[in-house]
Amino acid sequence: MTIEKAIEVNGLSKSFGTVKALDKVSFDVQRGETFGLIGPDGAGKTTLFKILVTLLDTDEGTATVDGLDIGRDYRAIRARVGYMPGRFSLYSDLTIEENMEFFANLFGVSVEQNYDLVAPIYSQIEPFKKRRAGRLSGGMKQKLALSCALIHKPSVLFLDEPTTGVDAVSRSEFWDMLHNLKKQGLSILVSTPYMDEASRCDRIALCNSGKILDIDTPSNMVKKFDGNLYGIKSKEMYSLLKALRGDKTIINSYTAGEFHHLLADNGFDAERLKQELTSSGHKDVEIKPIVPLIEDVFIKLLSNER
Amino acid sequence: MTGFTSFVKKETLHILRDPRTMLIALLMPVVQILLFGFAISTEVNNINVAVVVPHWSESVRQSVEKLSSNPYITYQGAIEQGEIDQYMRSGKCDAVVVFSNDFDKVLSEWKQNGTGENAMQFVMDASNTNLAQLGSGYLTNILAVDQMSSDMMPEIHMLFNPQMKSSFNFVPGIMGMIFILICGILTSVSIVREKETGTMDVLLVSPVRPLRIILAKMIPYFALSCINLTSILLLAHYVLEVPMSGNLGAIIVISLVYIALALALGLLVSTIAKKQVVALLISAAIMLMPIVFLSGIIFPVENMPDVIKPISAIIPARWYIDAMRKLMIQGIGFVGVLKDFIILCVMTIAIIGIALKNFKDKI
Amino acid sequence: MNDNKTTNISHIIQVKDLTKQFGSFTAVDHITFDVKRGEIFGFLGANGAGKTTAMRMLCGLSFPTSGSGTVAGFDIMRQGEKIKSHIGYMSQRFALYDDLTVMENMQLFGGIYRVGKKEIDRRATEMLQKLKFASERNTLVGSLPLGWKQKLAFAVATLHRPEIVFLDEPTGGVDPITRRQFWEMIYQASSENTTIFVTTHYMDEAEYCHRVSMMVDGQIKALGTPTELKQQYNASSMDEVFRTLARGAKRGD
Repeated sequence: MTIEKAIEVNGLSKSFGTVKALDKVSFDVQRGETFGLIGPDGAGKTTLFKILVTLLDTDEGTATVDGLDIGRDYRAIRARVGYMPGRFSLYSDLTIEENMEFFANLFGVSVEQNYDLVAPIYSQIEPFKKRRAGRLSGGMKQKLALSCALIHKPSVLFLDEPTTGVDAVSRSEFWDMLHNLKKQGLSILVSTPYMDEASRCDRIALCNSGKILDIDTPSNMVKKFDGNLYGIKSKEMYSLLKALRGDKTIINSYTAGEFHHLLADNGFDAERLKQELTSSGHKDVEIKPIVPLIEDVFIKLLSNER
Repeated sequence: MTGFTSFVKKETLHILRDPRTMLIALLMPVVQILLFGFAISTEVNNINVAVVVPHWSESVRQSVEKLSSNPYITYQGAIEQGEIDQYMRSGKCDAVVVFSNDFDKVLSEWKQNGTGENAMQFVMDASNTNLAQLGSGYLTNILAVDQMSSDMMPEIHMLFNPQMKSSFNFVPGIMGMIFILICGILTSVSIVREKETGTMDVLLVSPVRPLRIILAKMIPYFALSCINLTSILLLAHYVLEVPMSGNLGAIIVISLVYIALALALGLLVSTIAKKQVVALLISAAIMLMPIVFLSGIIFPVENMPDVIKPISAIIPARWYIDAMRKLMIQGIGFVGVLKDFIILCVMTIAIIGIALKNFKDKI
Repeated sequence: MNDNKTTNISHIIQVKDLTKQFGSFTAVDHITFDVKRGEIFGFLGANGAGKTTAMRMLCGLSFPTSGSGTVAGFDIMRQGEKIKSHIGYMSQRFALYDDLTVMENMQLFGGIYRVGKKEIDRRATEMLQKLKFASERNTLVGSLPLGWKQKLAFAVATLHRPEIVFLDEPTGGVDPITRRQFWEMIYQASSENTTIFVTTHYMDEAEYCHRVSMMVDGQIKALGTPTELKQQYNASSMDEVFRTLARGAKRGD
């Protein structure tokens, strides 16, 4: 067992014209780890992927993938990584089977040779192998794309927003598949704009506008959250929000679904707030302390940035 | 299967499964050849001719006989001098041959002195300039032969294409266009399509050398072009009766060089364009338009202004079309087109060089 | 179309047995539901469940095969054109023209809905002030960040004061802060009695809605407030409710 890391990134920067897509990004991914890059569009996730799979050159900084330098050894890296770009990148006019064979041959292997690795995923779509890829459902396309990215037995897997635009069931199934691959020792770098998927990763990097805000395990991120978070609701959610904005003991308040979330200052008193709101006409006011979600962490980090 | 052959297979499947590509690639050449060969013909094969004969004599009769028996002329009969205008306006005739009053006398004067008055006059309907020009030459040609001395009328002899069949000229032109279209435009679009859909990213992130990817892409289009070359040559020879009197081997070799050049052009475009629409526009702007206007398909290079001539010299199609004309119509041997051949070879190598230099295996 | 004479009814959408067939394929299969005025109604479903087809019928873009219903007081079967001028529509895919400025977009879309020129100017200025965008009125939309564009798109979709706004996947890809600001705009519109009909992939967003319907295989399988649905399916989140329901789905997109 080597101790070398699956991915090591040091101070990567990349600009397109005046737009800074990546700004001194550093992190590393351990062997066998599932590492999530979590952030909205424009966070630089795709640019980072393209640099790491050697499609794009960096302006500054260095990185290694599977111990190989992305600049010098880019050909060797290409043979060892599996890459699934953000958009559906298979041939829609070829069948499932033809796509699989093509991508296997591209890496000089046959489908049979590495069938074991892809079997749990591929077997689900194999009954339809004569169907053209363009006529598959979102979930099936995703499975095919993953199978194609895996067929050459890569040591590091790069998945750029694999769950975007796919419904919740397929998303959940997809993460189950990744979990199985991780058990086989694969190192995975995956990006997603869905904050609720953070918990499926070993470690995550929250990123925004080309910068990494924080890196940690999802549970540590939540533990580190310093501040008191409450959920609050009433009959009239919009005027409630306006009322919260007027309270001096509340640092931040925002919509969050059934309950608004509010980040409280030290002088905050939930009972007092409830009484004040009720007396000013709010009905059915309910306040409770809540455990922050990754989104709350993200919002707090982002607010600090701004 | 190796990476390379599976690539060729995949590319072939793309073409076979896209009915539009198939239609463009296989049907269009045939349609174009037939269209230019028959429908859009600029040749004269049916001129309506009437005559005005003030005084019938034996020699006049002979001339009229010649006109009426010519397969390309429809003889409309003899009319009066005063009726010419009316006949022309009504479209009943395109040309009227007016014999002089004393045709026999003028003729003998010419024979004796080698000089004299005009023996006849052509009145042409010049609203169709093409018809008028070709028709007058035509009439001169028919009436002049051994009727009078060569001095009496300018002897016009149609070389190589005695009936001035325009399809002869169009065949090399169409070939020059078709190969650019299939090899150049279709390959560039198919490469750029992969950039657009993102599959190119996946291909590049594989151990297969990018050059092989490109080469594999070109093979099916090269094959398609060979099929087209065959069908065009067969159609040209058997349907349009283009003589193909030159060296067939040379026709094929030079065509293959030209096809390679078109593929290289396609690759060059694909290194510049990021979207299919852009690839199409660039292709149209740098490939098709110059071919149509500057390669001599429509406007002869000789007639171009001096400023334009050098530009036409850098258009590959010009040299290819020139070579094909010489080989297919004039029947000149390979030596006669050596210059064209060498120029095309140099251009091909240069374009491949530029395209490869431009081609990056990163984005 | 700022005449509010049309409806005083409390249900802005009333649909009964709405069905759409394409050949032998039943895309939408006898759906029945109501949406109250001022309500935020979440219209959820798996890919291919028939959401888009149903929404197109409600917007007057396609005619149902059978069934009946009204939107903003107009008959879905016969008054598609009327419906179109009384609703607002915003989709993630197409929102605004990137090569026009903020104001030009406002003028364009205001003009499409026949709002007077002066009125457009007045409303646009007011909206931009509220969004703190006033300084950007002459900026090309293409150069704005995605989050701004989406907020702006919502402002444009409501410029003609529609009684109901259809939002098709409105918040894809934006950061959490912007997403919340966007929902704040929706809450505000709702508090001003504008009805919001929204489809989304983010199941956590379902929790923002007053009521939610879940479509599976062309049928509405569940309908209620998020709290009710979570209780009914013994789930801790809407995501779980959705997965329980959609697992049985037979068709994908």
